[in-house]
Amino acid sequence: MTVTQTVFFLMAALTTGAALLVVLAKNIVHCAIALVLTFFGVAALYVLLDAEFLAAVQVLLYVGGITILLLFAIMLTSRISARGVKIMNEQVGMSALVVFAIFALIAFASLKGFAVVGSLPPSSYATASLGRLLLTTYVLPFEAVSILLLAAMVGAIILARREREKD
Amino acid sequence: MVPLSHYLILSAVLFAIGMFGALTRRNAIGILMALELMFNAVNLNFVAFSRYLPSTMLQGQIFAIFVITVAAAEAAVGLAIVLGLYRNFKTINVDEINLMKW
Repeated sequence: MTVTQTVFFLMAALTTGAALLVVLAKNIVHCAIALVLTFFGVAALYVLLDAEFLAAVQVLLYVGGITILLLFAIMLTSRISARGVKIMNEQVGMSALVVFAIFALIAFASLKGFAVVGSLPPSSYATASLGRLLLTTYVLPFEAVSILLLAAMVGAIILARREREKD
Repeated sequence: MVPLSHYLILSAVLFAIGMFGALTRRNAIGILMALELMFNAVNLNFVAFSRYLPSTMLQGQIFAIFVITVAAAEAAVGLAIVLGLYRNFKTINVDEINLMKW
């Protein structure tokens, strides 16, 4: 077993375990911390896949941004971390069935359809060509996504703002 | 070298875990966390394909960047909605918010 494979299996185990914790932990703050672990595991897998830029974006945006946002929301809705409250609804059995069926379908399709794909040598300067692509071929989606971010920001502010008392 | 199928199976496992969470959690913030797990699984698939399939164009990574951006927007708006729900209902358990259900 090579070093790459060892690292892959370690990171896969970390990511899966933390993801299970996110879904099953009783205290929602523990869920948020497990989510950070999952994001770090996925970032490590990106590094293994020669996507260093995406790994950096993953750490900056998910770990630094979205998790902080989630923690703020958890603290602002503080009553929910009370103990002894049921964390799952009544459809656990049915959900497990559906999820297992979908997992079996995806796994079958992946193993059947991409069994013969070998690995290519990594392309050098991947980040540089990524930036060039974003500003040439994909400049229209790039601009559209910036407008989307602006709209989401304005919408989030309007939704979260406390209304003035009406008389 | 790790074969592509390992990444695909790992991504499928992550997606299944996230989907289970999104279907069974009562807490709205927990549901949002499970959604983020599913986004991550999809991104892992994109990046793995962009690394293994014969192409020098990096479309997979470009698409993963856009998915991350939309996920950030979704998280911001979703959490704002959760705060609004908490202000109006004093709870964020989604099975107790059944005003429009009969």
